[in-house]
Formats: sequence, structure tokens, C-alpha cells
Amino acid sequence: MTSSRRLTIAMTTMPNNRKNPKVGLFVTCLADMFRPSVAFATVKLLEASGCVVEVPEKQTCCGQPAYNSGDKATTADIARQTIEAFDGYEYVVGPSGSCIGMLHYYPEVFSDDDPWKQRALDLKARSYEITQFLTDIVNFEQINAAFEGTITYHDSCSGLRQLGVKDQPRKLLSKVENLTLNEMEEAETCCGFGGTFCVKYPDISNRMVSNKTQYISDSGASTLVGGDLGCLLNMAGKLKREGKQIEARHIVEILADMTDTPAIGEAEYELAKAL
Amino acid sequence: MQIKSPNFKENARIALHNVELQEALGQFKYGFPVNRANAIKRLPEFDDLRDEARDLKNHIIENLDIYLEQFESKVIENGGHVHWCRTGDDANKAILDICKQVNAKTVTKGKSMVSEEINLNDYLEKNGVQPVETDLGEYILQLRDDHPSHIIAPAIHLNVNDVSETFHKHHKRPKTEDPQALMKEAREVLRKQFVSADVGITGANFLVAETGSSIIVTNEGNGDLTQTLPKTHIVITSIEKVVPTLEDMSLFLRLLARSATGQEFTVYNTLSTGPKREDDQDGPENFHVVLVDNGRSEMVGSEFQDMLRCIRCSSCMNHCPVYGAVGGHSYGWVYPGPMGSVLTPKMIGIDKAAHLPNASTSCGKCEEVCPVRIPLPKLMRHWREKEFEKHLTPKAVRFGIASWAFFAKRPAIYRWLSRGSAWFISTLAGKKGRLKKLPLAGGWTDWRDMPAPQGKTFMDQWKAKQKAGE
Repeated sequence: MTSSRRLTIAMTTMPNNRKNPKVGLFVTCLADMFRPSVAFATVKLLEASGCVVEVPEKQTCCGQPAYNSGDKATTADIARQTIEAFDGYEYVVGPSGSCIGMLHYYPEVFSDDDPWKQRALDLKARSYEITQFLTDIVNFEQINAAFEGTITYHDSCSGLRQLGVKDQPRKLLSKVENLTLNEMEEAETCCGFGGTFCVKYPDISNRMVSNKTQYISDSGASTLVGGDLGCLLNMAGKLKREGKQIEARHIVEILADMTDTPAIGEAEYELAKAL
Repeated sequence: MQIKSPNFKENARIALHNVELQEALGQFKYGFPVNRANAIKRLPEFDDLRDEARDLKNHIIENLDIYLEQFESKVIENGGHVHWCRTGDDANKAILDICKQVNAKTVTKGKSMVSEEINLNDYLEKNGVQPVETDLGEYILQLRDDHPSHIIAPAIHLNVNDVSETFHKHHKRPKTEDPQALMKEAREVLRKQFVSADVGITGANFLVAETGSSIIVTNEGNGDLTQTLPKTHIVITSIEKVVPTLEDMSLFLRLLARSATGQEFTVYNTLSTGPKREDDQDGPENFHVVLVDNGRSEMVGSEFQDMLRCIRCSSCMNHCPVYGAVGGHSYGWVYPGPMGSVLTPKMIGIDKAAHLPNASTSCGKCEEVCPVRIPLPKLMRHWREKEFEKHLTPKAVRFGIASWAFFAKRPAIYRWLSRGSAWFISTLAGKKGRLKKLPLAGGWTDWRDMPAPQGKTFMDQWKAKQKAGE
């Protein structure tokens, strides 16, 4: 099926009257720098679901490093910058529960009498993690992808507990041809990444990710799938160090049928043949 | 107890290399958390009860003075005494005074984390009064001159061999490794202590304002014997334990047992309402309640107020992956796990306890399982803000944040930095797709490979595509 035909089908399934919502892509630092193919896959899915996607120039990081280090002033600066960058978009969507979760914390950064508070609340109401957006907002069902193999899915903490991302990725994955999902034990337990935590407390983080890779390998899956690159880099890095023959991929790569790029941390790659 | 929280990193490193502890922690996660999950499945209204408990606790904290005074007047009406203690020292002195009044030589003790908080045992011993712990775990720890590593399963870091050796050494009886036999042995030794003690000291899970009662829940029955056999019963507890009515208390008991051990109800729920009355068969002649503040009233109205809802069920630590990795002693003071990471900085100072609220991935599991919905990750983050405001954050971290912020606030040069980093790391990695070592990233690469960036940044590729009109 060509992408234009897929687009047509997708548009007919849009639940509301706004046929082509304008979406600002929140790229996220890690996708930008480490794995652009994840951002391209996100764009592909959004466009297939009938959205018009733009990538605001003014965005950088969501501000999580400052927020989690107790630096309120820097967090507020970055929050204001991000709010401005995404002004005017009907939706803000990103391939990370953690970074979108951070956008949802912006209202807490401003006091009630600060005019930015309302703008932060407004941004919060418009921003979604990608699987959540596809499932809950645009009701996108036309997944046109195949994946040969057994996967296991890691629920990243912020997406799961802050945003309620749990069934959405599984629902979408169930539409991928030939894909088998083997749930691992403790799929909801933190992998030990935790942003700066993994370098501030490396040996504790290592204990946590070692537990995780054990559960992953016990699941019998040949591919680990998740929705957050931070966690995936952590787990993929550990799987590689342990010499385990398990690949790691972001869920959007599978949903967008873009698994021709090497998996995370794998050798050799071709530049993303996106779109 | 000696404060070891500043050495958290070193404590954790030792704990991670302690094979026996790791085995115990590995088993631990299949105990309480699994039981809790099963218990909750059997109670569909659990989440509604949590909301009710959260709201009720908030109401109590906002009216703490009223309920405490009501409690006090009821205790006095019942013939008991209430001692208001601002600090741990005040509480220790009050308890020692009571012991002296009745010429106490030995006191039996039910499990009390507040007594650990104020170092009561050491204080009594130094002043000629011998405390005897009667909770089995606490008893083992006392013999070993050890401290609890968990608030409801204090000896969780020990295994049966440790207990066997400890009992053999102190009880001078033939060595056994049969848990039932060890328990029987402890029971025989402790029975004598229960009967001969001059004073019994217990904690309290809740104080009931309408009746002036205190309640203690145990699974061993040691609380009953501690509070009913000696002539004097002292309840030591903290001010936030008060609840308005017996009905309210039962709401918390339902949540407490399920959240803690996964029981529907704790085995022994023992209420004490004043000293023995004329027609009572038995009970203490003197009844004292020592109310400890120790910084809690300062939390009212602060960003840490939510923490006063805590009912000490231990669910947060039972489910915490960091606690599960390093155990309770790593936290270096009385309260471990997420609840400890919020309370400890308040009680010993953020300068000494800064590691605790930082050693969290903010995964949110603790908040998910908290029966009174305390936003623990948020409170830990508030401590990080305090730390940052006071310039206690390590220089390297501050420098790192400041440098990163400089770029993050300037999108144009941030692009340049991302582009450079992506190029640098991917070039270093060459065709391997990952790195075994990366300068300045030893924390990462000591333990795991660093997956390499794909090459060009998304922003650059996207721009090129837009230009090409794709």
C-alpha cells in the first residue's frame, strides 16, 4: 500500500470534524541526537493518521534535567520557551512518555497568579505521547506494518504512571502483522535509567537494569520494544554488554514499518529512509 | 543510632556486594508486594477507601491541634497522663522520669519506630534501665546490636543462619536452624521478660481522639503482653497518629494491613484506653502517652505537609526498586525507602541526607501503592529544590546543569551542540554501532555499552528534507 493511499484511509477514520489537525512534533533530545529514525517514524504515523506535522524550530529539551535537580528557575525558563515554541498547534505529540510527562509538569512550575500558568495548563491539555495520541485522540487503526518475531514490551515509568500509557501501545502492536508479544515479568518495574540517576548512582542503576535484562531474556522475546529512548538506550546498552542476542527498538519504528534501520546499538546503519 | 546517610553511596555499594543481603532482597519482592496485590484484588473498593483516607488525613492535619487536645482530655478523663515533647530529647527524659518514678529496672518494648527515631534504647540503658525488645525481629536485632532495615520487617536483611548463631550465642542453648524451633526459643526467653518487666513501652499505630485510646497492631501478640502485664504502660508515638473516631481508625486499619503485609487485617489489634479500672481483671495501673513532635508540626503548612498522612505501612519501600537493590541500612538512618527519603532530611537535615531524595529514578511506584496517596516523588523533588536553593548540590552537578541550561535556552546553538555530539559519538563508535567506553561517561559505560547516535540529527535531516521540498 502506498503512503498516500494509507493517508486517505486514515483520514476517513478521523473521529472528529477536524480532518487535518495541525500537530507540533516534540522531537525530544534523544530522538534528535541518537535516533532520528524514531522522530521520522513518529512523523510518518502522524501523517498517516491525517495530521499535518510541523517541527517548531524553537524547541530544545523539555527541561527535565533542571526540574529533577531542583533548579526551578531554569525549569521555568525552558518551560516558557517550550510553551512559546508550541503556541498555535492543536496538538503537541512526542515519542516519549517521559518528555511529554515533563510538559505536563509545567503548570506546577508557575504560581497561580503568573500568566504563564494558564499557558502551561493549555499546553498540558494539548500534549500527548504518540501511542496515546494515535489511540485515544485520533483513533488511528490503519497500522500497516509487519514484524517477524517475538517482542516484549517495557512500560516506561512516566508514560505508565503519569500519563496512563499501558493499553495503547499493546493495542497498536496487536495490529502489526506476524508480531507476537510475550509479556515479561515485572514489565512495569523501572529499568534504572532515571535520567541523571543512572550516572549519579551508576551501581544502583546497574543492579536495576540487570534485573530488567534478566526479565527481558526470560520472556523469550528476540526484540525489546518500548516507548522511551532513555530507557531503551539503557536496556539496549546492558543487553549488548551482557552479550545477549536481543534487539531493542522504539515502538514507533515497528508501527511505522521502519525496521530496516539497525536496532538500537546495533552495527552498521543506513540513514533513515524516512517517508 | 549513628547517622550514616551522608555515606549513602558507599553504603549502597557495600550492600550491592553483600551476597546474603541480595538473596534476602531477591526473595523479599515475592513476599509483601505479591500478598498486597492479591489482597487488593479481593477488595474492589480499595481505591475509594484510599481517597477517603487521604481526605480524612488532610482534614486531621489541618485540625491537628483540636484532635490532639481532645485526645489529651480523654486520656486524662480515663486516668492517664499525656506528655507533650517537642524534641526527641524531651521524650527520652519524659520516659526516663516515668521509669524512675516506678523504680523500673527493666522495660519490655513493643515495636516502635518513633523510639528508634529518638534513640530511646541507648538513652534508657545509659541511665540504668534495661529495655528488652519483644517483637521477634527487633529482639534479634537488639541481641546483635543491629538496627532495623525495614519499618515493619526490621530483620529482613538477616537469614535463618544469622538468627541461629545469634540465639546460640546469647541463649546458650543447642544450635538449631529450624525457624519454628527458633521462634519457640525466643518465646520462652521473652515470656520471662514479659512477666518480670516493670514498665511496658509500645508505639501506637493510631490514637483515637473520641475515646483517648491508642491502638497497636502486631502479628505476634507481643504488643498485648507488653502493654497489659507491667504495672506501667507508656505509649510513645508521634502527633500525626491521631484520628477522630474509632470508625475512622477502622478505615485506616483496613488499608494498613492490606498495604503492609497483604493481610485483610493484622492478627492482633490491641486498644489501650487508660489504666486498669476498678472492675478490670488486669491491665496497667499507670498509663502514659508520650507525644513526640520532632519536627512534624513544622511540616504542617509546608510543601512537605502531605508526608504527615503516612501510616507507616511500608508499601512504598516494599515496591521501591532502589530499596529492593540496596536494602534499608544503605539509607543510613531510621526510616528507609521513599518515605524515609522524605522524612529523614526533615529530621537530620538536608545537608546530611541529600543523597536520599536524589537516589530515586522518580519511577512513581511508591506513589502508586501508597494507601494515603502521598506524592512521594514530588516530595523528594522538593528536597532537591531545597538542596539546590541552599547550594548543597554537588559542584559538578551544578556545573553540569548550568552548562546544559546555557545551551538548552538557546535553540540555535543547542542545534550546534546536538549536531557536534551526535557526530562525535557516532564517529568514535565507527561501524560498531556502540561504544564500550566514552570520555566523561564512565558512570554509563562502566556497566553498559553506549548505543551510538545514527549520525546526523533529526533537526538537520528534517531541515534538509523541507528545503528539498519533500
